[in-house]
Amino acid sequence: MNAFMNQLGALQLPDAWVLLENILQSVYTGTIVGCIYGLMCVGLALIFSVMRVINFAQGESLMLGMYAAFFCFTQLGLNALFGVYIGPFISALLSGAFVFVLGICIYELLLRHITGMRVAKSEGEGHYPQLTLTLGLSLMLSNGALLLFGSTPQTMRTPLSSTAWEIGPLGESGLMLFLNQGRTVAALVAVAVAVGVSLFISRSRVGTMMRAAADNPLAATFVGIHVGKSHRLAFALGSAITAIAGGLIATYYPFQPYIGVEFIIIMYTGVMLGGMGSVSGAFLGGLTIGLVQQVSTLVLPNQLQNAAIFVVFLVILLVRPQGLFGRSVERV
Amino acid sequence: MSLPVKTSSLSNALVWILGSSVLYAGAVWMVQDRYYQLLFTLAPIWALVGVAWNIFSGYSGLMSFGHAAFFGVGAYSVALLMTFFGISPWFGLVFAGFAGAFSGVLIGWPTFRLRGHYFALAMLAFPLALLYVFEWLGFQEVTLPMMRENPIAYMQFTDQRIYVLIALALLVAALLVNLKLARSRFGLSLLAIKQNEAAAMACGINPVPWKFAAIAISGAFTAMAGGLYAVVLLIVTPPTVFGMLSSAQALIVTLFGGIGTIAGPVLGAFVLIPLGEILHAELGHKFPGIQGVVFGAAIILVVLRAPEGIWPWLQSFKQKPISQEPAPLALDVRSFVRTHVTTEQAPRQIMSVKDVTVRYGGLYALRDVSFDVYQGEILGIIGPNGAGKTTLFNTLNGFVTPLTGQWSMNDQTLSGCQPFEVCRAGVGRTFQVVRTFSRMTVLDNVIIATFFAQANDQLSREMATLAVERVGLGPRLNSLASSLTTVELRLMELARALAPQPEILLLDEILAGLGTNETEHVLKVIEAIRQSGVTVVIIEHTMHAMVRLTDRMLVLNHGVVCAEGDPQMVTSNPLVIEAYLGKRWSARAQT
Repeated sequence: MNAFMNQLGALQLPDAWVLLENILQSVYTGTIVGCIYGLMCVGLALIFSVMRVINFAQGESLMLGMYAAFFCFTQLGLNALFGVYIGPFISALLSGAFVFVLGICIYELLLRHITGMRVAKSEGEGHYPQLTLTLGLSLMLSNGALLLFGSTPQTMRTPLSSTAWEIGPLGESGLMLFLNQGRTVAALVAVAVAVGVSLFISRSRVGTMMRAAADNPLAATFVGIHVGKSHRLAFALGSAITAIAGGLIATYYPFQPYIGVEFIIIMYTGVMLGGMGSVSGAFLGGLTIGLVQQVSTLVLPNQLQNAAIFVVFLVILLVRPQGLFGRSVERV
Repeated sequence: MSLPVKTSSLSNALVWILGSSVLYAGAVWMVQDRYYQLLFTLAPIWALVGVAWNIFSGYSGLMSFGHAAFFGVGAYSVALLMTFFGISPWFGLVFAGFAGAFSGVLIGWPTFRLRGHYFALAMLAFPLALLYVFEWLGFQEVTLPMMRENPIAYMQFTDQRIYVLIALALLVAALLVNLKLARSRFGLSLLAIKQNEAAAMACGINPVPWKFAAIAISGAFTAMAGGLYAVVLLIVTPPTVFGMLSSAQALIVTLFGGIGTIAGPVLGAFVLIPLGEILHAELGHKFPGIQGVVFGAAIILVVLRAPEGIWPWLQSFKQKPISQEPAPLALDVRSFVRTHVTTEQAPRQIMSVKDVTVRYGGLYALRDVSFDVYQGEILGIIGPNGAGKTTLFNTLNGFVTPLTGQWSMNDQTLSGCQPFEVCRAGVGRTFQVVRTFSRMTVLDNVIIATFFAQANDQLSREMATLAVERVGLGPRLNSLASSLTTVELRLMELARALAPQPEILLLDEILAGLGTNETEHVLKVIEAIRQSGVTVVIIEHTMHAMVRLTDRMLVLNHGVVCAEGDPQMVTSNPLVIEAYLGKRWSARAQT
């Protein structure tokens, strides 16, 4: 910190303020984007922690959330009903409900057959069929969306997305910050949903059952927990949470059917950083990714923004395989 | 599961590989349409990637989501060498192979420390980081320069069918390597590591070099596939070679065809790649994305109908001979009578353990444990549950790192050694909970343990057979380990520990869960092993059996040695009675 202050002192005063302004601005943007990434990661972490399945189709949940929110907003008349300020956020939440139902269908039709107790004893604990199936699902959903919605990028831009709260200029420094209103509200919604989910898992009866089923499926069965039901709920809920995050991203970011690939890596990076399986850790992991992504733009060229994420990811993985916020290492 | 193939089926496999490649080449030669020619070139290229992926992930069990890294490195090697230095792809492909192997080692070096899902996901990061790095370096689109004047030297044939032949040649080479590897100790060792890494290490296998070899070979072939891809398409962009789809393609064709099988990835690629491409060509303009939907649906359908992949599924239709219920093992059930007479001459010390302390958090599992083991004796280690007996073995064996302590065998220090090094020094080990390679035969299970002791594969096999017969498991030589009964599993593990001719055997509760007759059989086997000159240290609960079997006993209680001496003396020691039965009994025994 001292070195940093010295560096500030050495610079011409106006330069120092510009630097500080840039840092604050990128930390702010990073936090805001990070909160939304965090919510996205919470969905994936929930599925992974309960089912121990690497779900490649999670990016498609995000994409479907975006389209669902978009259609709720434009076609269902939420635009007219709630107006352009609240409408998009209500649409995002509704998209969660839509993907929740879809998640239940997908579980019942497909995942049920290759997860849970029946595969625990098979080779590689059934990971190979699970990987194949979710890869197939991902292909089907993204290309199905292409068939239905076309490849033209869509947005749900609202007046909020292009207005900002201005802070400053602060005194003689002339320091000014722009807080994008659309993203800030989206981040607040994301935090609220994440807190709700976390409370549901840690406090509620169903959440406790889910955690038991995650910890030891066999033991959970012996105390009368229906592991299959827990899995179904975890999958549907996890998909829905990521879909809500998708709906929120859609308010400021253009999207097309293949957008899932762009975000699935960020999701997995966040979940790993958080220590696989920890839901609150996943949120912090997502937040970290958002910060790294934005702050790295200060020192790195724009194209290397995402490369920076992976480097941080690899370093942390190698130094702390249990993740930044994880407690225990995977059982050997 | 592809277990090492017998010699007879090897020539069979060769005929199959060469025959079908000739047929394929012949069929493709008839194709005039340039688009379809390209399509039939891509199929073997992706099959090659699948085979390469399988050599690493199929055998080692470490899922790689990052083979696009190798594919991309190969593609860019060829493209950049040609663009900037005018070097022909003929050389470029060879270079790509080396570059792929080198990147494999480079990637494996930090990543092999991770396990399971962590490993799989860490691999994801490499190609994606490379993708952005190559974009940033300004290689968004590298076009191979046209060399019209000298097409053969620069691999630029106007007749695209030549590329099919090159791709096929590479694929055949990869298949032959795969076939060779599957039959060698390479394949067997990796399968053992995949099925139970701890047991493999206790068998003297050092997993690290095998994993490196696998990823290097796999990386080399994947990079060559990438290089050929660049030559065929003449244009390389980071998203096409480093993108998720390249990695996914390798996984999809292999998982679809059958992981861990030689034919699986080839079958998968030759079904899926043409299917997807043809759909795209015929219907793509009307229904964009139709190939992805059908492709995805096909994979999902296969997974639900045949979770192991198509190839194993097809094989399951082959008429199998109805297997006979195996005859019960002829156990020697006469009750065990000790015939050994302890000689009076001063015994030679073979192993010495000094001041071993192991702590788990605030609990001392072992505290200053010291004892000696003498050549040719049977030393019994007893003690109530939680006394630290298994921890002691795990420490001596190298699985647990103690707080303090030294131990050595024949003046060779073993403290601080890895489990496989301890095994190689001549310490055999069986586990309390049997650790088997359950998808291998009894013979293969035991062969694995002889690899470090015997470099010749044929002699390895003989050593293993001998060990299996010595414990009386001869009739089960070719049974799958997963089909054995408890006593058979115990004997198999004993054979595995015995096969490399150790000087000392550590047996951890080998009698647990056995019936009376079975116990008598195992006791006699242990005694016979001792007669052959092997020193035995055995942990056991059954006091009755221990008194009959051992020469000396060591009693552990709460991690501390509380008595040591000959069986009669130890069993009448009040401290021992107290440890086992409580204070009241100890008082009663005194009177």
